[in-house]
Amino acid sequence: MRKVKIKVNELSVFFNFLQALNRVSIEIYGNKVTAIIGPSGCGKTSFLRTINRMNELIIGFRKKGEVLIDNINIYNNNIDVVNLRRLVGMVFQSSNLFPKSIYENLAFAPKIHGIKDQKIIDELIEETCTKAAIWEEIKDRLEVNALTLSAGQQQRLCIARALTIQPDILLMDEPASMLDPISTAKIEELIFDLKKKYTIIVVTHNMQQAARISDFTAFFYLGQLVEYDKTTKLFTNPSNKQTEDYLTGRFG
Amino acid sequence: MERVNDLNKSPYAKSKSKKTLLKERIIKYFFTINSLVVIIIFTLIFVFLLQEGLKALDVIAIKDFVYKTVFENGEEGKLYQWYPTSEQPRFSLIPLILGSLLISIPATLISTVFGISVGIYLSEIASIKTREFLKPIIEIFAGIPTVVLGFFMLVVVASIFQDIFNPVNRLNAFLASIGLSFIIIPIISSLTEDAFNAVPKEIRMASYALGASKFQTVFRVLIPTAMSGLSASIILGFGRAIGETMIVLMASGNAAELSFELFRSARTMTATIAAELGEVSQDSAHYFALFFIGLVLFVITFILNMVAELILNRMRNKINY
Ligand SMILES: Nc1ncnc2c1ncn2[C@@H]1O[C@H](COP(=O)(O)OP(=O)(O)OP(=O)(O)O)[C@@H](O)[C@H]1O
Ligand SMILES: [Mg+2]
Repeated sequence: MRKVKIKVNELSVFFNFLQALNRVSIEIYGNKVTAIIGPSGCGKTSFLRTINRMNELIIGFRKKGEVLIDNINIYNNNIDVVNLRRLVGMVFQSSNLFPKSIYENLAFAPKIHGIKDQKIIDELIEETCTKAAIWEEIKDRLEVNALTLSAGQQQRLCIARALTIQPDILLMDEPASMLDPISTAKIEELIFDLKKKYTIIVVTHNMQQAARISDFTAFFYLGQLVEYDKTTKLFTNPSNKQTEDYLTGRFG
Repeated sequence: MERVNDLNKSPYAKSKSKKTLLKERIIKYFFTINSLVVIIIFTLIFVFLLQEGLKALDVIAIKDFVYKTVFENGEEGKLYQWYPTSEQPRFSLIPLILGSLLISIPATLISTVFGISVGIYLSEIASIKTREFLKPIIEIFAGIPTVVLGFFMLVVVASIFQDIFNPVNRLNAFLASIGLSFIIIPIISSLTEDAFNAVPKEIRMASYALGASKFQTVFRVLIPTAMSGLSASIILGFGRAIGETMIVLMASGNAAELSFELFRSARTMTATIAAELGEVSQDSAHYFALFFIGLVLFVITFILNMVAELILNRMRNKINY
């Protein structure tokens, strides 16, 4: 019943001489939400970026170990990275909208992926913006520069933009860090909704949020995967002392 | 009184010591005076140029800088000629301006194509090692003494061109254009690279993460974002082309003709000043005319630089909200 979507074997990540991940092995299940928690600098973002190979754009990046999606090693030489990134969408930790209009930001991915029909693009934009709880705020000003939006609006626009590629796997790096409780609730609802179609990995510093939205939780510490279990189990009865300390706020 | 004493004991009441005040004052004056010296010298140069250039208008009618009316066989004709040493001197700037444009426009076009390509290659395509190897080599070109480049064009490239293009004159506008390109390509390429580097890396990441290829990222994200920087680099390159003297003096052939042909000799405003100012008698009409050319050049490059600066400011505003 549980299908392994992403399988990570003995993954180590280095940036020059700094080791960001240390022999991480994990199996992430399809159509589930997996939360990643852990103190700042423990390698959560670095881990996410190995799944869509964004780390490769960083100077000094090296890795050991392997990452398989649907049993295919995505680091094989013959893998088309551009195609991989169309299937694995990502919402970044900080907003990274293009200095273009809101509309151009949203139409960017559909256009480069060859959708020509204006109507289809417009429908897609409205659909993704509605899901990301931003449509009402922007529908009347799609032509303004996206960078003039507030931080929280920009964050939701980034989520909407990531949805426009209609990915198979969605990586979300603290997607609600700038949001008020109402928008947060909507984004959590969205995540819950999306897992019917997608596989989702969410990094969050908000423990209640991890407990609310995820099926599985992975606790990272100092580049290592300390504990990985069903969310209900990990939060109520962690088997590792470090996990327990972190959850109860004794460090981190 | 007691309250004042209390205030003085408060940590907020601390005033700057005499030593700090003195140090700050010395630092401030050092920079202010140095800046003032530079500004004053520049202003003096400009005033001198303006004064000598505008004196030309006392001796030569402004119309005469455009054309000279002559009567021949009872018919009136216009002469667009620069012939200041003739008995009936002609001071038309038209052939010189035309010469400058005929040389600097092709040079700018060639340099735009190559300069922007090289800039994009260096910042987006080349590996770090290749970049570190290539960058200094390209930048050396911008630093070669122009007289050496001019000499090279005159001796080596002119002969090659003679075989390939069979030009009307061995030294011609096109040869000078190519010579100019050697120094303008590095200018445009390094400004292009700067413009691309000014694009925040997050934006690049966003594009790649949305499944854009390198090609799509360059053309749909980076070029539009860096557009102002690219335009500014072209304008600055053009300004340098208009102002460059030595290469055009040596490679263009220097015939002040009213010609639109690339493979004919041409003469620029800069080369005219350089070639004639040494021989002219001071305070003659010719002397002031040369200063007037200098003034025209100054105004042109000044405007080009202002426009480039305005465009660059617009880019900064677009990226940094
Ligand atoms: N682009 C980079 N270049 C060099 N080192 C990096 C880079 N990104 C991350 N690192 C290093 O990798 C380690 C893990 O960083 P990472 O960003 O994965 O942490 P994180 O768990 O996401 O932290 P946070 O919760 O603060 O976002 C850190 O020590 C960091 O310095
Ligand atoms: Mg992070």
